[in-house]
Amino acid sequence: MSAILEVENVTKTFGGVVANNNVSLSVPKGSIIGLIGPNGSGKTTLFNSIVGYHPIDSGAVRFQGTELSRLRTPQIARLGLLRTFQQTRIFGKMNCVQNMQISLPHVNDNFATMLRKFPPEVTERAENLLEFVGLYAKRQLRAEDLSFGQQKLLEFAMALMNEPTALLLDEPTAGINPTLINGLIDRLKRANAEFGITLFVIEHNMRVIMNLAQHIYCLAHGELLADGVPEEIQNDRRVIDAYLGAH
Amino acid sequence: MNGRGKMALYVVAAIAALLIPQVPMLQPYLIQFAFLWVMILFAMTWDVMGGQMGYNSFGNIVFFGVGMYATAVVQRDLYFTIEEYANVAGGEQAALTPVEYLTGLALGMGAGGVLAVVIAAVLGSGILGLRGHYFAICTLGLGIAAGELASGWDYIGAGSGLVTPLVPDALGERGPFFFYLFLVLAMITFAVLKRLYAGQFGLAINAIRDDEDKADALGLHATRYKTVAWCVSGFFLALTGGAFGNLVIFIDPTDVAFAGPTFGVWMVLMAILGGKGTLWGPVIGATVFHITQEIFWTYLFGWQRVALGLLIVVVVVFFPLGIVGWLRERWPQRFGEVVDEDARRGQVSLEAER
Repeated sequence: MSAILEVENVTKTFGGVVANNNVSLSVPKGSIIGLIGPNGSGKTTLFNSIVGYHPIDSGAVRFQGTELSRLRTPQIARLGLLRTFQQTRIFGKMNCVQNMQISLPHVNDNFATMLRKFPPEVTERAENLLEFVGLYAKRQLRAEDLSFGQQKLLEFAMALMNEPTALLLDEPTAGINPTLINGLIDRLKRANAEFGITLFVIEHNMRVIMNLAQHIYCLAHGELLADGVPEEIQNDRRVIDAYLGAH
Repeated sequence: MNGRGKMALYVVAAIAALLIPQVPMLQPYLIQFAFLWVMILFAMTWDVMGGQMGYNSFGNIVFFGVGMYATAVVQRDLYFTIEEYANVAGGEQAALTPVEYLTGLALGMGAGGVLAVVIAAVLGSGILGLRGHYFAICTLGLGIAAGELASGWDYIGAGSGLVTPLVPDALGERGPFFFYLFLVLAMITFAVLKRLYAGQFGLAINAIRDDEDKADALGLHATRYKTVAWCVSGFFLALTGGAFGNLVIFIDPTDVAFAGPTFGVWMVLMAILGGKGTLWGPVIGATVFHITQEIFWTYLFGWQRVALGLLIVVVVVFFPLGIVGWLRERWPQRFGEVVDEDARRGQVSLEAER
């Protein structure tokens, strides 16, 4: 499998703090890749660096061969590389359907589409995806009135609405109850298998990430500590010491 | 209410408004009504930015003044030399035929509208990158600067202002003329905004209001939407200004055209009072504001500003979301925020499908 996303020697510092130090990794097309590490190890910073949320100090990020480090977040999103947020971000004062409608791909927007009304097929697609994540009954409610877990599901559905090629998910199951997590894992796998979306997932829930990912990278203190298939990571001495904890 | 019922309501409301001048009891108040339509236009155009998009602009008055001056200058220069105009302006008004007057007014308002769009686009590309309070303060500066510039520019009368032509007698009384002019302008503006809010544009600027970073992350062309929003707001405000100059006849640079402390603040207050970010909020807010202001002026003369200030405090403390916003919080289901009971399976049964 060829790499769809390549991160090469990325370094990012905030003042004296080195958040990412010489990080390199690659995400193959069509795969589900995990990213783990202790709090403050630089996972979210790496996501931010990839999607152009802040400029990186050195290194390169390539998505489908396009160099991203000089592009801005909306441009990168329009290339088909999307991210969700750890602190769930939805449009609170708008209802779920509206949240979905405005999340449609913006790559072909022009003056005419700006001023148009949404065609029925957009609304239909929005409602189908809400059904997919189990929010159809609440589609007329304002997003801010949903529970935190439901907002996470809405954000995931919004990401799917955007028809990304690759999706960076920042802790998709944080704050979601255990039974619902199973449903979400299923939806993530189906998004990958049925819609062909490459997933790159930050996750603290070991059961989730071991179940989901085909390959896992582990960060610690801003540096890449280890990588391998889930079994290798689970048994890696360094990962256990830094993150999983010795028993 | 279904779509057809709503449509019928709009038609009835429009006809009722258009028939006001036929009611003998209301005929002495037609100029008052014209001012009310102006207030509604103020609140609606401000709400595009401050309410729907969450960019509090204290500088929208710039477009009002620009439209007013542009219209007056076109009306003046189309049929007169400046010397002629200056000679007649003191005593006799320059007499225009109805066709000349209307042509000048239409061309002038058009020019004002176009100029406002250009200014909004140029200023917007510079300062719409600012967010929150920074944008608000920056626009406050724009309004003040515009008033000072106009006060010092001889071509537009500088500090001694500019006189606009009178409505020719053949067009009838001033009252009905300006009543209909502003009513039609307000109706067109309302219809255009209603249509814009119902589509992608409306949701995009709402999204920018709720979380601009998220909108960016979804690939929305936020800068483009913000600029267009300001252009739309500025365009209709400039048309309002152009006609308003003719209503009040005398344009003073700081007290009428770039009247930040009065009109500039009122447009914000009216939108907040009615409920910013809603379609009807600005209309209702402007109506309540205008009526209470006139009542205070009549019955509490000398204390009218104090009463107005108290009203604002009461509104902000007890109805921070405005009238329509409060209604919506109180009865969300009346605004369509309902759980679809038929489709209730959803959330609880989201399980792995094998």
